[in-house]
Amino acid sequence: MLLTIATTARPATDLGRLLHKHPDNVQRFDQSFGAAWVLYPEATEERCTAALMLEVDPVRLSRAFGRGSGDASLQQYVNDRPYAASSLLSVALGKVFSTARTGRCDARPELAAAAMPLEIALPSVPCKGGPELVEELFAPLGWAVEAEPVPLPGFDADSRHLRIRLRGDARLADALNQLYVLLPVLDDAKHYWVDIGEIDKLIRSGGEWLASHPKRGLITRRYLAHRKSFERAAITRLAELGDGTEDSLQTPIEEEAEGVEAGAASPAVEAAETTGADHPASAAAGIADPAADGRKTAAAETAGTERSGPLHRKRIAAVLEALHEAEASSVIDLGCGSGKLLSKLLKDRRFSRVTGVDVSSRALDLVERRLRLDRMPERRAERLNLLQGSVVYRDRRFAGFDAAVLMEVVEHIDPGRLPAMERVVFAAARPRTVVVTTPNVEYNVRYGMDEHRLRHADHRFEWDRARFTAWASEVAARHGYRLRITGIGDDDPEVGAPTQMGVFDRA
Amino acid sequence: MPETTVSATAATEISVPELSLVVLIGVSGSGKSTFAARHFKPTQVISSDYCRGLVADDETDQTATPDAFALLNHIVGVRLRRGLLTVVDATNVQRHARAELVKLAKDHHVLVDAIVLDVDPKLAAARNEARADRDFGEAVVRRQHRDLKRSLKGLGKEGFRRVHRLSGLEAVESAAIAYEKAWNDRTDETGPFDLIGDVHGCRSELETLLAKLGWEIERDAGGRAVGAAHPEGRKAVFVGDLVDRGPDTPGVLRLVMGMVEAGNALSVCGNHEQKLVRALRGKKVKVAHGLAESLAQLEIAGAEFRDHAESFMDGLVSHYRLDGGRLVVAHAGLKEEFHGRASGKVRSFALYGDTTGETDEYGLPVRLPWARDYRGRATVVYGHTPTAEPEWVNNTICLDTGCCFGGRLTALRYPERELISVDAEREWYEPVRPLDAAPEREPTTLDFDDVAGDRHLKTDLHGTVKVRAENAAAALEVMSRFADDPRRVLYLPPTMAPVDASALDGFLEHPVQAFDHYRERTRQVVCQEKHMGSRAVALVCRDPETARGRFDLDAGPAGAVLTRTGRAFFEEDALTDELLARIARAAEASGLWDHLGTDWMMLDCELLPWSAKARELVEDQFASVAAAGIAALPAAREVLDAAAARGLDVADLASRTEERQANIEAFAEVYQRYCWPTDGLEGVRLAPFQILATEGKNRADHRHDWHLGLIDALADADGTGTLLKTARKFVALGTDDERAATDWWTELCEAGGEGMVVKPVMETRRAGGRQVQPGLKVRGREYLRIIYGADYTEPEQLQRLRQRHLGHKRSQALREHALGVEALDLLASGAPLWRIHQMVFAILALESEPVDPRL
Repeated sequence: MLLTIATTARPATDLGRLLHKHPDNVQRFDQSFGAAWVLYPEATEERCTAALMLEVDPVRLSRAFGRGSGDASLQQYVNDRPYAASSLLSVALGKVFSTARTGRCDARPELAAAAMPLEIALPSVPCKGGPELVEELFAPLGWAVEAEPVPLPGFDADSRHLRIRLRGDARLADALNQLYVLLPVLDDAKHYWVDIGEIDKLIRSGGEWLASHPKRGLITRRYLAHRKSFERAAITRLAELGDGTEDSLQTPIEEEAEGVEAGAASPAVEAAETTGADHPASAAAGIADPAADGRKTAAAETAGTERSGPLHRKRIAAVLEALHEAEASSVIDLGCGSGKLLSKLLKDRRFSRVTGVDVSSRALDLVERRLRLDRMPERRAERLNLLQGSVVYRDRRFAGFDAAVLMEVVEHIDPGRLPAMERVVFAAARPRTVVVTTPNVEYNVRYGMDEHRLRHADHRFEWDRARFTAWASEVAARHGYRLRITGIGDDDPEVGAPTQMGVFDRA
Repeated sequence: MPETTVSATAATEISVPELSLVVLIGVSGSGKSTFAARHFKPTQVISSDYCRGLVADDETDQTATPDAFALLNHIVGVRLRRGLLTVVDATNVQRHARAELVKLAKDHHVLVDAIVLDVDPKLAAARNEARADRDFGEAVVRRQHRDLKRSLKGLGKEGFRRVHRLSGLEAVESAAIAYEKAWNDRTDETGPFDLIGDVHGCRSELETLLAKLGWEIERDAGGRAVGAAHPEGRKAVFVGDLVDRGPDTPGVLRLVMGMVEAGNALSVCGNHEQKLVRALRGKKVKVAHGLAESLAQLEIAGAEFRDHAESFMDGLVSHYRLDGGRLVVAHAGLKEEFHGRASGKVRSFALYGDTTGETDEYGLPVRLPWARDYRGRATVVYGHTPTAEPEWVNNTICLDTGCCFGGRLTALRYPERELISVDAEREWYEPVRPLDAAPEREPTTLDFDDVAGDRHLKTDLHGTVKVRAENAAAALEVMSRFADDPRRVLYLPPTMAPVDASALDGFLEHPVQAFDHYRERTRQVVCQEKHMGSRAVALVCRDPETARGRFDLDAGPAGAVLTRTGRAFFEEDALTDELLARIARAAEASGLWDHLGTDWMMLDCELLPWSAKARELVEDQFASVAAAGIAALPAAREVLDAAAARGLDVADLASRTEERQANIEAFAEVYQRYCWPTDGLEGVRLAPFQILATEGKNRADHRHDWHLGLIDALADADGTGTLLKTARKFVALGTDDERAATDWWTELCEAGGEGMVVKPVMETRRAGGRQVQPGLKVRGREYLRIIYGADYTEPEQLQRLRQRHLGHKRSQALREHALGVEALDLLASGAPLWRIHQMVFAILALESEPVDPRL
């Protein structure tokens, strides 16, 4: 809600000219979510400070940007937006100082074009990534960064809010544009829906300094709310601006990109909210979807590389090979998630009938979008069927397939409910072949994870090779299947492969 | 199959089964439509012309005939599946057309009758000519008549139960339709019944059992039991297999035939009766499984008795529907789609069960566990498969406890659902395989079809509650991914609505509105302190054996402590077990188990502190907001103070900022009050406030002073200090109690409490035909800051917040409550898991309806 910009350039009051706001006035600017004020707590020859202050009306805010907007946190009626320097502040800054941002100053063009000593203070900035990220984002731009976390009242812990102070010599217009772009990047959230127009805004505000910024990948991704296609377009355009190498086209994988395109307000969060405000416990009790809420363990982020990385591809390849060996032509992918396996199955004409099942209807929407179902040729589309269903509810629609795949699914099921899953898949649906993959927890040490960390926050367990073999053998024996277990990925002589796969064939 | 006859004479009365397919046969113009319209409801008659019109906009378009008949067959099939009498109005003069309809009837296990309208083809042609829409000539009618004539001879062998032939115009005009009840339809018999398992010639045990059940046995001069009557007018129902294996098959038959003929008993046919009849008739049967004994015994009993027994057994029906359709008796059980139906398949299922045609290692037929998949409303009572212990599986029960093998003879009292049995006097016949020690328990696998899609659930309190498919879809995800094992999720608490907004300065909620609300609906309410924690439901078992035996909990905690979304409260099972053990010990010490006559109970509770379960949420959402505010607002005030010092006019903004700072500080205080550190169970408190259900009893409708009194005793008996009592005030509405309770609420809130819940002391399930809110919450002024934001007390905001719409929330509360009560009824009465799960699932689904979460 508060940003102060101070300068010690002489005369310091020139700041008012550059900002196009007179130091002796208190100006109010109406905003959709409340009001923005510009005023000067000090204005002397030696030092002049401009303050941009927001008064957020939470009711107007939730009305103006509530459901369907970008930032899920706004759907919580109690949120930090009235106090924090978020995208609201960034938008207000963009509007209130729009001329200053262009670097235009008809009265003092030379002033606007020159760097000046600036000191920027933000008492409360929501930041996903801690003080280190502030350093990483602002230091390359020439700022001396001070960032310290604000403690959580009542808890022996830090909040995600930081008190930030930046000092340095810079063009005011650059400083404003950097804040405009980077505040929502720190927060990793926007209060509005991110559309294709955001690419232009990003290029306009960040063009010069962003193209060479070492963190441009992260900045672009977060600024564009993790929307992949936008990201690619923006990176390409940035590359054209700077001395673009192929390199910059590669978005480095720093963060989990799997799952939900983050812009979409997660219904999981909505669900948490529905049960939440009144009985917040249950919301914490976790309707929140770990794929969407970003609250992954560090380990998961490490392992995250495997998602879109080589291990994930190897896993799909191994599953496909197992399906080919089983000569399966109809396949049901139980827990299809965003549909990566489905898309491979569809590309292979040997699979004449492909069914994807997920318990989350949101995942199925994602599959539809990802596979571009509406534009898929009819011949291919007719081989695909998507169903909402659950592997712990017996379902007659699961019957009649040559093969069922449970790829990285069992570890998301509470151990107490595995027997139900077993009955649903092996006793009721009873396909000729069942392929199960799951992490091998022994391999976690190779990710530098400590013993008790799991690869994903939603994993209910991770089995070592002995446990998986024991479970799979019992299941196979109970239901009359032959079992073959193999590893997927780099086969470490000591700890085995990162993924283990069981192929069950009906005896 | 019943006989098939062609009645060549003009019968005036045509009798068709109540549920059947009636196929009209006659040339075009023979008057079928007129006949159908005269005797049947328009919706019962499906005409090929009409279907042709539906698919072609032209009833005479012959090119549309294949599609028209596909549609006709589809409609007929759906109607038969749903159990509706259906009449097909088409010429049906060709054999293949009729064959298709006969097959359709067979596929749906209904009887099929034919009514032939055999009129002079000249008359028919003349009629056609008079109709503008029939432009075909006499030749067509002549050809149809030829087909009909050719058909008439063989009609009796086409699979019709009966062919009613109306020869000539007069016969057609004068015919009347009568309906025959199905043989299995005894729905008007309402009992009470004593249902008796497989007797297998064990006459002496049968007599003992009947005596034990209070029957008076009638004897002939020779002292032989020849009948029995119950002084209370009960009726006996035998599940078949009266004969074979045991020592006195004739004695059993004599007694049962006497009872049946006197109208005191019914018996369905067992597979042994079926086979014995065939043997008596000299058919070639394999003499095994005790048949030889019966034949020898009947030989001695004499020809007259033998003939009598043969015709008795031959007349036995394979299943009965009783008590308005709520009870079905069949020897080997019967799946729902066969109830009240008649076909070879139905009879075979009823006699032999769902067989695969294979045999097991003992040479006995392999049977599929149909009862496991049974989802019907009707109770199905059967025998056939000897088991050591009769057990309810999805509202079905097998009463064969192997008396002839030295087991017991068992009866079920209906509707009491009481099992009575007597031991066999000895092993009369050596079993081929040992009795199943315990039949395979119903696996707790639930079916997608139990819960998915749009659903309409019947409840006592609220009539039909609708669950929308999209809400069910949301619940499926939560149930599958986050909820505890469904065996533990047997109840979920309904949401609770707040009071109407208060107009009082500075308040959004106030007790006055609660008293106003209930004043017209009840006389006394209880105000209960609202503990600020997390809602919890606890399934407490007296011992692990109860958990295993009653709830099938073979792994994990011996009970459950759940959040309101059905998730286990503690990640570690040991903590759940320890908390449950503390409650169980307190219940033991306070004598609660014996007082309630139960070994388990379901408790509605609040678990404290809030941070025990919600720590992450409190940190992420509440503490984080406080952090942001407490960091930003003082900085903003500094800026404003400096600006003011420069002479800038920022007074209004500064005073608003100052106020916000005070509000955020108050906000931070509120949530901190509900958080304290816990370690394992240390620091954890549980405040039960209602005993929802115990064995055999739904307690949700008991008075709240009853609940709270027992819970006080429970808390007093708890040596660990875990259990908390709930402070309360009883209020006689319209008296000074209201003021006293308001003061009490004010004190509670000022001391940092969340507020209170106001409930009618006695749950008046409905007042004046309308369901009453089971409770209304009145939340404290400070507490509401964490719901509506730190600044909600600002007059302008408060005014806006008062415009809240409570309708949906209140309706949601009532619907969820009705479902919850239903779940408890089912739970207490030992209903199958899938039925309880439907209710619980529906509660969770309703929770995903979009309702303002702040209410």
